[in-house]
Amino acid sequence: MSKSHRGAVISSIVVVAIVAALGTAYATRDKSASGTSITAVGSTALQPLVEAAGEEYAKENLGIFINVQGGGTGTGLSQVSQGAVDLGNSDVFAEEKEGIKASQLVDHRVAVVGIAPLLNKDNGVKNLSTAQLKAIFTGKITNWQEVGGKNLDIVIINRATGSGTRATFEKWALGGAESISAQEQDSSGMVRSIVATTPGAISYAAFGYIDSSVVAASVNGIKPNNQNVATGKYAIWSYEHVYTKGRPNAQVGKFLKYLTSTKIQSTLVPKLGYISIHDMKISRSVNGQVVEK
Amino acid sequence: MDNITKKLMQRSESTRKDTIGRAISMTALILIAIVVVSIFVFVLSRGLSTFYKDGVNVKYFLFGTTWNPSVTDPATKKPYIGALPMILGSFLVTFLSAIVATPFAIGTALFMTEIAQKRGAKIMQPIVELLVGIPSVVYGFIGLTVVVPVIRTIAGGSGFGILSGTIVLFVMILPTITSMTVDTLKSVPRHYRESALAIGATRWQMIYKVVLRAATPGILTAIVFGMARAFGEALAVQMVIGNAALMPHSLTTPASTLTSVLTMGIGNTVMGSLQNDVLWTLAMILLIMSLVFNLIVRAIGRRGAMK
Repeated sequence: MSKSHRGAVISSIVVVAIVAALGTAYATRDKSASGTSITAVGSTALQPLVEAAGEEYAKENLGIFINVQGGGTGTGLSQVSQGAVDLGNSDVFAEEKEGIKASQLVDHRVAVVGIAPLLNKDNGVKNLSTAQLKAIFTGKITNWQEVGGKNLDIVIINRATGSGTRATFEKWALGGAESISAQEQDSSGMVRSIVATTPGAISYAAFGYIDSSVVAASVNGIKPNNQNVATGKYAIWSYEHVYTKGRPNAQVGKFLKYLTSTKIQSTLVPKLGYISIHDMKISRSVNGQVVEK
Repeated sequence: MDNITKKLMQRSESTRKDTIGRAISMTALILIAIVVVSIFVFVLSRGLSTFYKDGVNVKYFLFGTTWNPSVTDPATKKPYIGALPMILGSFLVTFLSAIVATPFAIGTALFMTEIAQKRGAKIMQPIVELLVGIPSVVYGFIGLTVVVPVIRTIAGGSGFGILSGTIVLFVMILPTITSMTVDTLKSVPRHYRESALAIGATRWQMIYKVVLRAATPGILTAIVFGMARAFGEALAVQMVIGNAALMPHSLTTPASTLTSVLTMGIGNTVMGSLQNDVLWTLAMILLIMSLVFNLIVRAIGRRGAMK
């Protein structure tokens, strides 16, 4: 056997050994740990809440670890329906997402998020009707003068296609109409800072992002605030969903209960800018039917 | 006598070490080859499923001008998945930034190698190396807070667009092109310069007619490397280009690149759906393009080797 052959043989043995080791590691991976570690993946809008609640929960229940990752609503829903993770965080009803078998999934609503139209301060507009919003986002109105503002071109800033905030805004503020192609940003923080610095800009973001640098416009004369959402006067809001595949097991079920407990709902939920599900005086189905509680 | 026979027949310590060394490097090589091959197989299989599984026409995908995969075109009953706006956007920012960066890079490199070698080595070299090491998110952030508002005041609109992307990428690829050009210029043999000066050429004539001529293939390689970096850059471009999947009809209106659409969309789509598959197809185009850039570099290296 020549020297080079010997080297090749040894190296291929090493490669095979590494592959085999990884394979064995995968096959014998610690399955008992999945009982004490709960993995949640999905919506970046819901991530901070689940993360903070998970930390609290882990403090109270030693040995249990809640692993929360972002990745987006689409990732969360597809991972949970594949059974790859325990919890799938989503901004939209699973029924509304293409390619997801919603019948396999169980919905747990953990919070409500209201979404407000954000306007640059120079636009000179503080109230918009849903008809005006639709006309703006579908490109029929292109100057703020047409809705009672200054002579300023309208600059539309969208969230990425498929983002939960955008889906909610299009469904409830634009009456299901698709926004025209315009510039897109992939986070609400970015959207706010661009709206704040660009004259003529309009976008939308969750209530938690509203601050003095932008104008949160009223819709049909109704102010975007938690109370108007809770009473059903203000329609642009969505549930934050945590989905499980089938009924959750005991450990996961306990954590979900903790998420909707009065303790979390009255402390962490408002602190992080969400609206507690306990405050809601109405409930809304996937078809948009509103029922008084 | 026995002792010598034994010594000659047995494998020496050095031979053994040689075998081990060979095995280590072979292992590394094989592992890297496996990684590269699996990336190609994965991206190709995902990317091609748009055409095979979802039955999308290749021409429609490459030359369609409307991108909105979640909406179905009522006329053709197919989603809007024309990728031309992003393909054009990527090529535009790449070529424009390379065109802007090249003269600056060559000028800097000439200064460092031909005009002020000492100062070049002392001041410029560290600066260029520092620029290479700055993370792209920093470039993007500066672009967002400085370049975009400036463009907005000068050109109007929102300030986001290909021009802002070009300016950010120009700064990003400048050090790449500069440092590679410096290496090429340094490799031009000293006697070329001496001969040129000896027959009475001025310094500029020497640089222009001899050094740059001899270094042309290397400089072209440097430009292609810079373009490859610009083409693949995602984060910084995404922050300043505005991410609107529209045909770029002006340099100061929002546009998008292949990378920006990919990073924006991949988390919001469901694995295995058409919306996800088309993103993989965009990734496949990126991969193929980086392959093309590599082939160009090799072709330049073969054709234009200094004789």
